[in-house]
Amino acid sequence: MHNSSRRGFMGKAFGAVAGVGAVGSLVAMKKSWDPLPSVKAAGFTTLDMTIYPEGELITEKWRGKPIFVLKKTAEMIASQTESQKARSVIVGGSEFMIAIGLCTHLGCIPSYSATEKSFLCACHGGMFNWAGEVTKVPPPRAFDIPPFKIEGNNMILGEVGPEFQAMKDSGITL
Amino acid sequence: MAHFTKATSVKDWLNQRLAVEKVEKVMASEYWIPKNINFLWAMGMVLAITFALLLVSGIFLLMYYQPHVDLAFDSVNYTIMREVDFGWLWRNIHGVAASVVFLVIYIHMFTGIYYGSYKKGREMIWISGMLLFVTFSAEAFSGYMLPWGQMSYWAGMVITNIFSLGGLHMDGLVEWIRGDYVPAQAFLSRFFMLHVLLLPLAIMGLIGLHFAALRIPHVNNQDGEEIDFDAESKKYLAGDKAGSKVMRFANDFMSKDMMVVGIFLIFFFYLVFYNYSFALDPVNFDPADMLKTPAHIYPEWYFLWSYEILRPFSVNIGLIAFGFAQVIFVLLPWLDRSPNAVPASRRGAFSVWFWLLLIDMIVLTAMGKLPPEGIFSTIGLVAALAFIVLWIALPFITMNEKKV
Repeated sequence: MHNSSRRGFMGKAFGAVAGVGAVGSLVAMKKSWDPLPSVKAAGFTTLDMTIYPEGELITEKWRGKPIFVLKKTAEMIASQTESQKARSVIVGGSEFMIAIGLCTHLGCIPSYSATEKSFLCACHGGMFNWAGEVTKVPPPRAFDIPPFKIEGNNMILGEVGPEFQAMKDSGITL
Repeated sequence: MAHFTKATSVKDWLNQRLAVEKVEKVMASEYWIPKNINFLWAMGMVLAITFALLLVSGIFLLMYYQPHVDLAFDSVNYTIMREVDFGWLWRNIHGVAASVVFLVIYIHMFTGIYYGSYKKGREMIWISGMLLFVTFSAEAFSGYMLPWGQMSYWAGMVITNIFSLGGLHMDGLVEWIRGDYVPAQAFLSRFFMLHVLLLPLAIMGLIGLHFAALRIPHVNNQDGEEIDFDAESKKYLAGDKAGSKVMRFANDFMSKDMMVVGIFLIFFFYLVFYNYSFALDPVNFDPADMLKTPAHIYPEWYFLWSYEILRPFSVNIGLIAFGFAQVIFVLLPWLDRSPNAVPASRRGAFSVWFWLLLIDMIVLTAMGKLPPEGIFSTIGLVAALAFIVLWIALPFITMNEKKV
């Protein structure tokens, strides 16, 4: 009896030590898999918005992801719906469609057809219109808009400016 | 201390220290296999041999492969394929075996389903087998990343995005898995580690468990007959080899097993030497480009059926259907409510269920390869729904089955 309770105590003591060690090592393992500080620090890109031609889709790069930049034509602006207008970003008096160029389904890059003025994702057949809204599932939502901040004619991707915050608050993007 | 005597032979010396004779009996010559089986019972050995081929060819590839985003593609497509003597051989073996191993796994699995080999004490064999299927899938996927071609990159992108779990938007989890916003160096290095160390270790452990799970219930037979292995083995050892329903694992069963393995290897090396291109997707001979998705992305053929269950639905429903397809096979021993552990051909409605499931999975596989347009989308959707309905119907079909 005396011995067994002593063994019981030893067992519990070992369990406590091992438990602390297990939790500690899990924390270390989780943290070791986190993106490195250097990866996070490289996450800002500045775009000069005066260089884009109207009606042509240009693909930029931010955090390794493609960023679609489409300067809207007068025709597009005239014909757009309220929800399409709400997704517009205005820099230096011009209206742009800015979006992360990854299908919101599973992240393939949809291709843009200038004649159809729409995007088709080859992976699972999802489609988006020129404003970035879904016209055919499976994508669950319109293109995501990257966090941006407008400074004069420049746009800084990765920083959150008031225009982006407003879009986020109204649920236009995630 | 145990008592040791002067050894009379090398065997005796080993016997005293390692009990080699006893081990040989337990593992081989007195491990009993029913006689009433066919060539489908050799698939386990075919898989073991294929795994050995993957291991050996992998060791040679590992000596020249460079897990770096700038070097990986050339280390595979130039160094291994052109510079290293017989490097092409190891790569072809590795690629072809990775594909063929799934073909044999599916045959092995459907053999088990057909003969009811997941019931009456054989549940752990089934569960450990399904765990092997999952780890083999992870092994295949992680290996597919390593050449760092276009298919590697975009498969990595799409599959890791699944972990955002659709409407839950767990982008932080996806970035944690990748170690970056997109698949990049951190991603390649960790999938390299998984492919060459952690997952092979897990597979070897699970193979041990799979074999251990066979010891007590023993291998099933063609009629699902319950054999008294103790009585039948005594009969065999007493000299009535013809009257006994069992035979030794070695050399009796092994001789037939290795015959099937021999035929398999001829087929396998025919593929390795003359028809390997099916295992090397042409799109993956373009280096990874993060700004250009290939026009048509599809997984390797062995993942097509579950991919096709994901594809026709909106994202959240698709993910639920996909998750369902991944786990449902594991539950088979409990979803099948019938006490009969006999071949499907003698089980009435279950027989229909078995063949429908097999055909449905072939249809899903075919549709998964085709572009998601027009009639193919519709057939894919119907086949995906049929898969789910079949599994939901299984308990009801088998509940009313008559005892045979």
